[in-house]
Amino acid sequence: MSDFLKIEGLKAQIDADGTPKEILKGLDLTIPKGEVHAIMGPNGSGKSTLSYVLAGREDYEVTGGSAHFKGQDLLELEPEERAALGVFLAFQSPVELPGVNNANFLRTAVNAVRKARGEEELDAVSFLKLAREETSRLSMSGEMLKRAVNVGFSGGEKKRNEVLQMRLLKPSLAILDETDSGLDIDALRIVAEGVNSLRGPDFSSLVITHHQRLLEYIVPDRVHVMAHGRIIHSGGPEVATLLEKQGYKQFLEAAA
Amino acid sequence: MPAVSETREAVEKLARSNYEWGFETNVEMDLAPKGLNEDIVRLISARKKEPQWMLDWRLKAFRAWQDMSEPDWAKIRHPPIDYQDAHYFAQPKKKSGPKSLDEVDPELLRTYEKLGIPLHEQEMLVGVEGAGQKTPVAVDAVFDSVSVATTFRKTLAEAGVIFCPISEAIIEHPELVKKYLGTVVPVADNFFSALNSAVFTDGSFVYVPKGVRCPMELSTYFRINARNTGQFERTLIIAEDQATVSYLEGCTAPQRDENQLHAAVVELVAMEDAFIKYSTVQNWYPGDENGKGGIYNFVTKRGICKGDRARISWTQVETGSAITWKYPSCILAGKGSVGEFYSVAVTNGHQQADTGTKMIHLAPDTRSTIVAKTISAGQSDSTYRGLVRMQPKARNGRNFTQCDSLLIGDQCGAHTVPYIESRNMSVRIEHEATTSKISEDQLFYCRSRGFSEEEAVGLIVNGFCREVLKELPMEFAVEAQKLLQISLEGSVG
Amino acid sequence: MSENSAAAWQALTGRAGERAALLGAGGLPTRRVEAWHYTPLQSLNGIAWQEAPALDAATVKRRVEGLNLPEHDGLLVFANGRFCKELSHLPDCMDVQEYGDGSAVQPLLAGRFSAGLNAALRQPGARLHVPAGTDAGLIVMVSLTEGDGVSTHLHHSVTLDEGAQLTLLDVQLGTGQYLTNPQVDVHCADKAHLSHITQQAESHEAARLAIVGARVGERGNYDSFTLNQGGVLARQEVVTQLSGPFSNTNVNAIQLVDGARLNDLSSMIHHASPDCTSRQTVRSVLSENGQGVFQGKILVDRIAQKTDGYQMNQALLLSEKAQMNSKPELEIYADDVKCSHGATVGALDEDQLFYLRSRGVQEEQARDMLVQAFLLETVELVEHESLRDYLLKALPGHV
Repeated sequence: MSDFLKIEGLKAQIDADGTPKEILKGLDLTIPKGEVHAIMGPNGSGKSTLSYVLAGREDYEVTGGSAHFKGQDLLELEPEERAALGVFLAFQSPVELPGVNNANFLRTAVNAVRKARGEEELDAVSFLKLAREETSRLSMSGEMLKRAVNVGFSGGEKKRNEVLQMRLLKPSLAILDETDSGLDIDALRIVAEGVNSLRGPDFSSLVITHHQRLLEYIVPDRVHVMAHGRIIHSGGPEVATLLEKQGYKQFLEAAA
Repeated sequence: MPAVSETREAVEKLARSNYEWGFETNVEMDLAPKGLNEDIVRLISARKKEPQWMLDWRLKAFRAWQDMSEPDWAKIRHPPIDYQDAHYFAQPKKKSGPKSLDEVDPELLRTYEKLGIPLHEQEMLVGVEGAGQKTPVAVDAVFDSVSVATTFRKTLAEAGVIFCPISEAIIEHPELVKKYLGTVVPVADNFFSALNSAVFTDGSFVYVPKGVRCPMELSTYFRINARNTGQFERTLIIAEDQATVSYLEGCTAPQRDENQLHAAVVELVAMEDAFIKYSTVQNWYPGDENGKGGIYNFVTKRGICKGDRARISWTQVETGSAITWKYPSCILAGKGSVGEFYSVAVTNGHQQADTGTKMIHLAPDTRSTIVAKTISAGQSDSTYRGLVRMQPKARNGRNFTQCDSLLIGDQCGAHTVPYIESRNMSVRIEHEATTSKISEDQLFYCRSRGFSEEEAVGLIVNGFCREVLKELPMEFAVEAQKLLQISLEGSVG
Repeated sequence: MSENSAAAWQALTGRAGERAALLGAGGLPTRRVEAWHYTPLQSLNGIAWQEAPALDAATVKRRVEGLNLPEHDGLLVFANGRFCKELSHLPDCMDVQEYGDGSAVQPLLAGRFSAGLNAALRQPGARLHVPAGTDAGLIVMVSLTEGDGVSTHLHHSVTLDEGAQLTLLDVQLGTGQYLTNPQVDVHCADKAHLSHITQQAESHEAARLAIVGARVGERGNYDSFTLNQGGVLARQEVVTQLSGPFSNTNVNAIQLVDGARLNDLSSMIHHASPDCTSRQTVRSVLSENGQGVFQGKILVDRIAQKTDGYQMNQALLLSEKAQMNSKPELEIYADDVKCSHGATVGALDEDQLFYLRSRGVQEEQARDMLVQAFLLETVELVEHESLRDYLLKALPGHV
């Protein structure tokens, strides 16, 4: 099982006002166990679509190819089954859930996942203790647990809340969809530390980003360049530096 | 609130003296006797040299009308209308229908020039200077009951577009008229549509064939001139698959003491991927400062998006009439079809307006947008009344509605009555409405930057209506803004 | 057309007491009457409505005990339209008087069908009076109806003198195919504050035409919350008149409609004085073949300058066959006002659902969480904490 996540020839489309629009056009990507990979690409290259397809968003129709995780056909699973299997998507813009208490939400999610993984569910007291530890680790105020999920949170608070969820759910594959957008340096560090703290032989991550900045804090094992719904180039961390300096042009030309 | 009381004084002083279109034209008229009965219906049909089927249709409508009563649900009040005390046919005296502009009574042409509607084709070329391009507009002018001149017919015919008086279409294109007339607004749809079906005298007919983009804006100007006449025009617009047309309608009438009845019917049919844009600037005489006179405007306007992805867009700027009763509607029968309604209604003096729209979603993926702006001043009353209905088959139907009302002075009323009906879980309907007055802060801000109070109010009201005004074709937007400004002089600032 | 056409009115008032004939006379408002367009009453025609017989005390006692009522300062029990003295008690500061007088319709409710029906067939209910400056705490009123083809028409009045305070929990429940037609007349004098919580948990076969008329004096407050969850055809009508300046009213509600039932919340908030505020949040959850109706009017008189009125109506449709009809309405005659309303109708938000599921929550549970959250925000508008908890327990899935 060295191929932890294996995506082959993945094609996906979205319905744009009645006409299907293909966004992923035969994407190949393999992430071995324990590695952190980054995907960089210009706007509209299909990066967010990839993260949504992997997490199981129904708006996207998979029209070809496959995606396996831990040997299982990921595309066959419901979103919650993927979460139980260890897939975690940190959303680019986390949705607000008015009226849903954050602590209650987190406990429900943690216990649903624990139950599915055959682990014992946490009672209210031990969950709260755990949640308090994690919030202070992320420099979040305990007040955030009492509020409705993401409602009235600043951009930074939302991202921290995503990292909090990630730490609590202990995924084996974390997909970060432009988690760095709109973050100041301090928040960026906290997010990066959150990911780095989980790094280990059983944890892989796919970091989707626009800028090289985040990759200074989460140093990837591999960097992939994505354009027009495909991976057009793969290399080591140096690719990110190269991109920052020279832009996407040369990669796009080489691929053309 | 000194600023507002000043405004109010200005309102009272200026009252309704500002109706620039209140002149009367001296043209010899051919009038049918007063009253309404089967003989009058027959007379109208005979004068129009109509075929038998048309007369039968009218008589059917007339009989239905006799069994109907005026609707009573709108928030309007008026003394009972004596339907027997009006002329149902008035025609400028001329040998026969004009064949060309040269035959049109020069007095009439001068009337239209006063109204700012240059009928001569060369004058029509005075378009908007936009990108250095001149936009021609084809005009059909309806004077009292009769269409007097239609311009640019040749250019349009070359593109395959039929644009002519409906009386002519009944004779020249009976197959089209028969196929569509009364299919969107059935004869007995309501009291006023039945009346119109019985006695309509003219109006415009537009047919845009498959795949044709109408090369210019089409426009009709309606003018009531004769005393004690009702005007009952009938408009029918058909856009075949992938056809596009933009149609403009303007209305004026002279100042008179008596109320005059106007009961028009407009039907729009949009086939697959067709787009019909229908814009109205309604400036009928609203009555004097004491609420005497003015037009009773009872209008039925409805369009059907028959084909998939068809789109119908209504835009109206309603500043005139003593009473406005009008609900331009869309039946969204084609999959993915789109209905839009953009409205500005300004009432002042003793005007009453009860206007809005109906969006009937029948098919999946249909979308509708409603933006209604209501401005009430003086002792007027204005109501937005709108229906959004999502039928069981309208899966993924969407509606967004925004209604905003502005009150100026404490003697007027502004009301919002939306009806929201959903029989389908996959829909999303959003409705928002607000009522407020012109903010003192905004007024003060503008005045401290050198605007007079009138200008400031005009500026703010124009801003308030911006979302609607931007939907008007350029040629009309200029006129509408001017009209709002004039209404504002007398009504809001 | 006015709500009570002359004929219907004649049928009602002229034949008071002849219950069966009265309700079967065809004088009930039809769809053509604007106020009843979405809630037609034809299904009530032709039923030989009888006066409800007395229930045995032990049964009533058992039912009341089964309610797990919150801790309270007074309890009033009515069973099949009759006052159960032995089960009721009130704090010393309050008095209950029997209703002796006739069948006049409160002017505030004139022309409203439910009030007309109550006036015609009126049964004496509670007459609560809180003296000036007194806080009477929480009083619970339970109205139980049992039987088929029977109807009750209780008439209650609640009067708060200057500066008085009261929280009233009005619980209505029953079994069978009955009709209830209760009316509550409320008068809040200056600075008085009434919190009125109605828990409508009638039998799922019952019809209900309930009406409340509240007049609020200067700086007074009438704060109303309705949990509409029973009845096959049930309207809760709330008419509030802000008759003194700086007064306030809230007319909030939750409607939970399943089966083939219809629940209706109709309200009129009348700003008759300047400087008053009103707030309204109505949320409906419709499942199966359930139908929800909301009709809410804010009326602002010419003298009611500086009015601040806000109304929000939201409906969640959970099944293909569920329906919602809303008619929020503003009728405004004063210029210096701030009034707005909003309405939304739709299914659960797919983004929210996906977010929950991507965090491992099962779809079913995720849906429940979102529905509960939708309701919770409205229950939180109830000021009284123990009542909030009580209401939350009454919601499906115990939020």
